[in-house]
Amino acid sequence: MRATTPTYDLTRGFWRENPVLVQLLGLCPALAVTNTVANSLAMGLATFFVLVGSSLLVSTLKNLIPHEVRISAYILIIATFVTVADLVLAAVVPDIHKALGAFIALIVVNCMILGRQEAFASKRPVGRALLDAIGTGAGFTVALLMMGGIREILGYGTFLGRPLLGASYEPWIVMILPPGGFFTLGFILLGFGWWESRRQQRSVVRDWPHGVGSTTRRTA
Amino acid sequence: MTEQHVANPPAVRLLGTLTLAGAFAGLLLVLVNGWAEPRIMAHRAEVLREAIHEVLGGPDRYETLFLVDGRFMADPPAERDTLRLDRIYAGYDASGRPIGLAISGGEPGFQDVIRLLFGFDPTTGRITGMKVLESKETPGLGDKIEKDSIFVAEFSGPVPPLKGVKSGSGSGDESEVDMITGATISSRTVIAIINHRLEELQPYLPVAGDVP
Repeated sequence: MRATTPTYDLTRGFWRENPVLVQLLGLCPALAVTNTVANSLAMGLATFFVLVGSSLLVSTLKNLIPHEVRISAYILIIATFVTVADLVLAAVVPDIHKALGAFIALIVVNCMILGRQEAFASKRPVGRALLDAIGTGAGFTVALLMMGGIREILGYGTFLGRPLLGASYEPWIVMILPPGGFFTLGFILLGFGWWESRRQQRSVVRDWPHGVGSTTRRTA
Repeated sequence: MTEQHVANPPAVRLLGTLTLAGAFAGLLLVLVNGWAEPRIMAHRAEVLREAIHEVLGGPDRYETLFLVDGRFMADPPAERDTLRLDRIYAGYDASGRPIGLAISGGEPGFQDVIRLLFGFDPTTGRITGMKVLESKETPGLGDKIEKDSIFVAEFSGPVPPLKGVKSGSGSGDESEVDMITGATISSRTVIAIINHRLEELQPYLPVAGDVP
C-alpha cells in the first residue's frame, strides 16, 4: 500500500481518478438520469450520501467484519444507506424522486461505491476513508452536473428549469433522450482525454527542458 | 491443515455478524420509514386532491366511493380492505349538489403505464377534464399528453365513448378528440383508458340525482 497524503486522498477521486470521467464507473446513472440539472444534482447528492456513509461505516467496522463475508456486509451497509436516501428523497422532493425512478434503488449496484469500500475504506483509517469518499462523491456529482447542464441547456433550452436560450431556440430533443446521454458523455470524455494528453505533453516539456521533442514543439 | 482451520472463523461468527448487521439495518430503516411515510402519504393525497379539483372544475368538497359487490358506497363494510377496492371520487358544489365523478385508470402507453384521472358528469354525460398522474412518455413527444394545454383542453366537454382523430380532420362530432402529431400512441392510450374505464364502470355508476 503506497502512502498518500490526506490532500491527495481528498482530491484524487475529484479529478485525477474521477469515477465517471477517468475510471468510467457508475456510467449507468450518469447516462440515465442526467437529462436535467436538478435530476443530476439529486442523483449526485444521493450517491454522495451513500458513499460517504458506507465508507465511514466500513472503515469503522473493518476489524469486526470477517474477511469471508466482507462483500455481503458492504452490500448490506450500502443497501441500507440507499434505502434511507430513497425514503428521504420521496418524503422531501417527491417530484425529483419520481423522475429518478428505479435509479435511486440501483445506487446499490453502483460499482464505484463497492469499489471504494473494497479498495480503500476497508484498509485505511476512518479519516482517510472519509476524505476519499468526499472527494470521489464530489467528483461523481460534478461529472453528473456537467452532463446534466449540457443536456438540459441543449435539450430544453433551460438551466435548472429557468429559460436560458430564449423562445426562438428550437430544443434538441435528442439531447434529453437516451442517445443524448451517450453523445454528451462521448464528447466530455473526448475533451477530457484531449486535455489530459496535452497536460502530459506539457509536463514532458517541463521535465526535460533541453529535450529534442520539447524544443521543436516550442519553436513550432 | 490445522492452521487453515484456525485462520477460518467459525461459520457461527460469519452468520452472527451478518445477522447482527441485518438487524441494525432493519432497525434504522424502520425509524427512517416512520419519519418518511406520513410525509409520502400526505404528498400523494395532496397530488390526488389537486388532480380531482382540476378534472371536476373545482368542487367544494369530494368524497371517495368504493365499489363493493357491484355498488358504489362511501362506507364499505369494515371487513373489506379498502386498499384493494376499486374507487371513484364524487365531487359536490357548495350547496351539496353532485357535479361529477373523478375516475382514475392506467394502461401501457409508449414507454410505460400511463396513469390518469378524468372527470365525468353523469348528468350531462360529458367528460369534464383529464389529468395525467404518472407517465414516462418520451420527453418532447409523448409527454405532450400532459404538457400540451391544447390537447388537455380537448377533454373538457366531449361525449364518451371518445374517438381520436387526426388534428384538424375532425367532422365536428361531440365525441371527437384531436390527437397530438408525433404522439399518436400516447394520445390513443389516453383515449383508450377513458373509454375502457367508463365501459367497465358504466353498469355501477350512480346515475344523475342518485349520487349519495
